[in-house]
Amino acid sequence: MLGKLTWAAIPFNEPLPLLSAVVILIVIFALLALITIKGWWPYLWNEWVTSVDHKRIGVMYMLLGLVMMLRGFSDAIMMRTQQAIAIGPSQGYLPPEHYDQVFSAHGVIMIFFVAMPLVIGLMNFVVPLQLGVRDVAFPTLNSVSFWLTASGALLVNASLVIGNFARTTWWNYPPLSELAFSPGVGVDYYLWSVQISGIGTLLTGINFVATILKLRAPGMTYFRMPVFCWTALATNMMIVAVFPILTATFMMLLLDRYLGMHFFTNDAGGNQMMYVNLFWAWGHPEVYILILPAFGVYSEVVATFSGKGLFSYRSMVLATLGICVLSTMVWLHHFFTMGAGADVNAFFGMMSSIIAVPTGVKIFNWLFTMYRGRIVFTTPMLYSIGFMVTFVIGGLTGVLLAVPPVDFVLHNSAFLVAHFHNVIIGGVVFGAFAGYNYWFPKVFGFTLDERWGKAGFWCWLVGFWLAFTPLYVLGLMGMTRRLQHIPDPSWRPWLLVAEFGAIVIFCGILCQIAQLYVSIRTREQRRDVTGDPWNGRTLEWATSSPPPAYNFAVLPKVETIDAFWEMKRRGLSTAEPAYEAIEVPRNSATGFVTAFFAVATGFALIWHIWWMAMVGVLAAALIMLVSGWSDEREREITATEIAQLERNRLVPGQPAE
Amino acid sequence: MTTETLDRIATAVPTELARGRGGGGPASKRVVVAYGFWIFILSDIIMFSALFAAYAVLAGNTAGGPTGRELFNLHKVFIETLCLLLSSYTCGLGALSAERRQPARFLFFAALTFVLGAAFVVIEATEFAGMVEQGAGPTRSAFLSSFFTLVGTHGAHVTCGLLWLVYLTAQVMVKGLTAPVLRRLLCWSLFWHALDIVWIGVMTLVYLMGVG
Repeated sequence: MLGKLTWAAIPFNEPLPLLSAVVILIVIFALLALITIKGWWPYLWNEWVTSVDHKRIGVMYMLLGLVMMLRGFSDAIMMRTQQAIAIGPSQGYLPPEHYDQVFSAHGVIMIFFVAMPLVIGLMNFVVPLQLGVRDVAFPTLNSVSFWLTASGALLVNASLVIGNFARTTWWNYPPLSELAFSPGVGVDYYLWSVQISGIGTLLTGINFVATILKLRAPGMTYFRMPVFCWTALATNMMIVAVFPILTATFMMLLLDRYLGMHFFTNDAGGNQMMYVNLFWAWGHPEVYILILPAFGVYSEVVATFSGKGLFSYRSMVLATLGICVLSTMVWLHHFFTMGAGADVNAFFGMMSSIIAVPTGVKIFNWLFTMYRGRIVFTTPMLYSIGFMVTFVIGGLTGVLLAVPPVDFVLHNSAFLVAHFHNVIIGGVVFGAFAGYNYWFPKVFGFTLDERWGKAGFWCWLVGFWLAFTPLYVLGLMGMTRRLQHIPDPSWRPWLLVAEFGAIVIFCGILCQIAQLYVSIRTREQRRDVTGDPWNGRTLEWATSSPPPAYNFAVLPKVETIDAFWEMKRRGLSTAEPAYEAIEVPRNSATGFVTAFFAVATGFALIWHIWWMAMVGVLAAALIMLVSGWSDEREREITATEIAQLERNRLVPGQPAE
Repeated sequence: MTTETLDRIATAVPTELARGRGGGGPASKRVVVAYGFWIFILSDIIMFSALFAAYAVLAGNTAGGPTGRELFNLHKVFIETLCLLLSSYTCGLGALSAERRQPARFLFFAALTFVLGAAFVVIEATEFAGMVEQGAGPTRSAFLSSFFTLVGTHGAHVTCGLLWLVYLTAQVMVKGLTAPVLRRLLCWSLFWHALDIVWIGVMTLVYLMGVG
């Protein structure tokens, strides 16, 4: 009846996971109780859960990413603490089978459920506004994407309480991840959660490529698009190009595990290196999928806070597209040690070095944008400058690793761990924080507190360097990654510094929470009544903060790059335009219902509860039949209603609702 | 090309036609839907390409089991191919009838397409069943795992396409050839033709090269 699921799946005898599970459950139930007592359910359901508005979906993605970051960070600090304690005779506090789950979950969560939701959230909120249009191409599909991503996150977290997570690292390489060596549910949790959220991401990719290429304000030619839209286009094209590879690869591994096939097994002709190749054919473009939107954020932030147009817009666009193409030709550098031979390694080594060139172009463009600009050192600008310093060093250690003989020495060492955290934290995470601080007033109509924001930035920057410089050193000293026990006591001082760095980062997170709290409390003083708090350049600042459901009452006419800057230069018209009726998408529960059955199906497949899986699949088919039949997915707002809304909205000092 | 030149092109073309460069503002719903579906098809083809790659890597790994040369029957494959390619032709005729708002003709061609597609699926299913009976199921060797997965995924797509066709035909009968129904039919026919393209790959790489 319940497949493999028994009471033994609940970790009653392991205090640590049990305790954290109990705490999480208490928090969840407290939240649910609060919502019920306050009567917020109708509001939540109508305004958020069933909303297909790209702005709301963007906010929900960001929230998911930030909450999951807390989970991923607690994994990180657990690992740092274990490595700081478990030296010589001490075994630390995490037994190997638990430690292995922690580092696997850390990687999976940080990539799939933190970094991806953060960049997709920013793109969701910003791209349609920057393009000067009213929504994405397929609003309901967008909601489905979000809820599928959230489903994957839920399944990963469920593994904390019910059963266990994979101990096979975030790459999940076979043969270790095959049934013969990982018979439990951990690998299945990994595969189904990433598979479900991966479908959501693929749908996002399709949606945004169609949006950016087919839905833009009148006059917005390709070379008038803001750079963030260009990077979003490149990222989503890469999503469409590589996520299907991941889906196919995991499908093959699932077939091995569930139906006894032999794609990657040791026996009957399976080939494990094929998994490694396919995984990284997705995996390397994936890091550019994450970093390119961050590059877009920096481009917007640096131009705005330097009071200048971006230096060499065209080379920025070309560099973005160059990275997009090159990123698919470097995957083998993740396994130079596989033994593909000198020729193959030389090719991929050179390609990996070449990809530093367009990245260098971008760095110079940002520097030249700042040159002779009137720089305003706001929190997003600090993150951008912190990024430039940090990322260049991370990029240089990457170029070192791109040299195959060096890679043979440093492969799988702490040096590598330091390198990719250097580029992901210094690049993607700082970019997400810069974007969060930069666009927050547009989202909620009030600015974030600068003092706490800056304190958070300095903690993150200093904490990052304290936490990861020691890992570079340790890597060179010979420390490999993922050690549950440290054999060499001479590494202790460096590990203690790294632990201290993680604590400083934790202070940064606390500052950010304080920033949010203080900003919400003092929101009345920090209202953005102009819609343009930073003297912005692009179209998202041309509408009110927060924007109305339809974004723009009249679609803006675009005549140059930095369209809004040009409009301001010519003088904004105060005359009331002639409004026309607007079609906005209706709310839809399709996304949430799909996610509900996706979780049920995923859970059933993980635990081999076959009847439940069948019910889930049938329900999915039913959803398709029902939603595929409906023809009325839009409702119309009449011109008089819009005129009424617009008049209320533009009164200065009056909070927009 | 300078910005000026590009801009001149964008403004020189009547706004209604200048969709590509965005001079004319957001494209029509029909264009957006078909374009989005095209991108979905591209992603689907990439998924197939991963399965093709896996097949190419594993095709020789028969682990002492039967090889493609022993298992494949080109006569059956020829009939299968004929069914699928003809169904694409009838699908095209159906799409044209739909565009011309001729529901009766559309239903006729839809039925023909369904029969041809179903024949394809039935032949494939019997081929699979026969192989499993001979002890050449997907668990026998890496070669057979990749064979069943690649060809089976294509077959599953065709099956879904058939179900989708039935569903859309029902929509045509209930609602008539309305704009939303026509948009869905357009997506479906794109899907059906794409499956043909994938099948050409399967036929060549799996069957012809496997026997030759």
